[in-house]
Amino acid sequence: MISGGLNLHHVYFLLIGAGWTICLSLIAFVGGGIGGGIVALCRISPLRAVRWLAIGYIQLIQGTPLLVVLFLCYFGLSIMGLSLPGLVAAGLAMVVYVSAYLGEIWRGCIESVARTQWEAAECLALSRTQRMRLVILPQAVRIATPPTVGFMVQIVKNTSLASIVGFVELVRAGQLINNSIFQPFLVYVLIAVIYFAMCYPLSVWSRKLEARMQFGARPVIEV
Amino acid sequence: MNAVVELKDVHKSFGSNAVLKGVSFSIPKGQVTAIIGRSGSGKSTALRCINRLEVIDSGTIHVCGHAVHSPDIDLRPLRMDVGIVFQSYNLFPHLTVEENVTLAPVAVKKKSAAQAREIAERTLRQVGLADKARAYPEQLSGGQQQRVAIARSLAMEPQVMLFDEVTSALDPQLTGEVLRVIEALAEGGMTMVLVTHEMEFAARVADTIIFMHQGKVWETGPGTMLRDPQTPELREFLAHGL
Repeated sequence: MISGGLNLHHVYFLLIGAGWTICLSLIAFVGGGIGGGIVALCRISPLRAVRWLAIGYIQLIQGTPLLVVLFLCYFGLSIMGLSLPGLVAAGLAMVVYVSAYLGEIWRGCIESVARTQWEAAECLALSRTQRMRLVILPQAVRIATPPTVGFMVQIVKNTSLASIVGFVELVRAGQLINNSIFQPFLVYVLIAVIYFAMCYPLSVWSRKLEARMQFGARPVIEV
Repeated sequence: MNAVVELKDVHKSFGSNAVLKGVSFSIPKGQVTAIIGRSGSGKSTALRCINRLEVIDSGTIHVCGHAVHSPDIDLRPLRMDVGIVFQSYNLFPHLTVEENVTLAPVAVKKKSAAQAREIAERTLRQVGLADKARAYPEQLSGGQQQRVAIARSLAMEPQVMLFDEVTSALDPQLTGEVLRVIEALAEGGMTMVLVTHEMEFAARVADTIIFMHQGKVWETGPGTMLRDPQTPELREFLAHGL
């Protein structure tokens, strides 16, 4: 980048960075969603050992800064001979992190489905898997949607930590531009605006979902 | 032996609180038995023990040939033989009335879609709600929801049905519509055990009334027992209501 003021090339460079932020967020969300689902199911498993394993995992990750997880994935694994590119290391760290949080959020949602629903399903001779799949999960998903979308906002913002391991997402792109033009205020305001543009729609969506959650909103069916 | 349900010397405690202190009774096929008694007398617990929603501490329970007290009982065959209707309906809110009714027949008994629709039609007609098949539970009155719950239970064609204070959450008018459904089932020969506070109904419909008091079967007799109580406790219960 040539010195001088902010120009279109810089903005383009930022948008590319924003693209990688979205990419990393998607990896975090899809991978973390799958991981979180597994963690949630393990967390409520009838097997005590499985339950404790899930609790241990959640406690460990929730008690560790994401930054440290990131360092472990990037530097730690490279010392052990596994040198990962920035995107992969950052993606892995995010998936590990998101799995623990979503696992705990979803566990809460599953358990917030009334105990009597389990009982009613049990009394209809449904197997444990059927109870979960046909009765509990459909209700839990409804409960889980607003907090999950809310957590997506956190994920998008937390991807900025990947800048530290040299992955050129939005913040790292901004840092590079700032290094050449030295207009930190302008550059970081621009970055903030782009983050806001990505997160605000998610927040609005989350609020809408919450409003739709209210029972009785379904139209009455005349039959 | 003609008994569908048989309890012998059943004991059950919750922590230090002994709820059932040696309960024995048997329920013959095709008969209606009403269990009455004060709150805390153990009547609901006794009912819930019958399909192993509560696990008993000692004694034996046999239901349709299943040894319910046995620690290694296979619960699913038991639950296929025993239907239960709860005070709070416990319908599945994310499913329509028809889906509520057909869920278990399809999932457990592997009925086809056509068979399931037939079952829904028949059981919903039985409870007078054939026209509500596509409604969601939240769109129905309490009485209608409870009748759907009865249909859902009937759809599994149980050998015996348990009713756990099914009208306690309903106002008198809605109570009437639910009781009429239960009465029709009784006339159809269904074996039923009802825990109820509806004394008049119990006296009229039940073949046998069991009065429970302090975790024990205190007095047993036909419906007329309520007009001629033998124990001071039953007399007092009937005089002071609940």
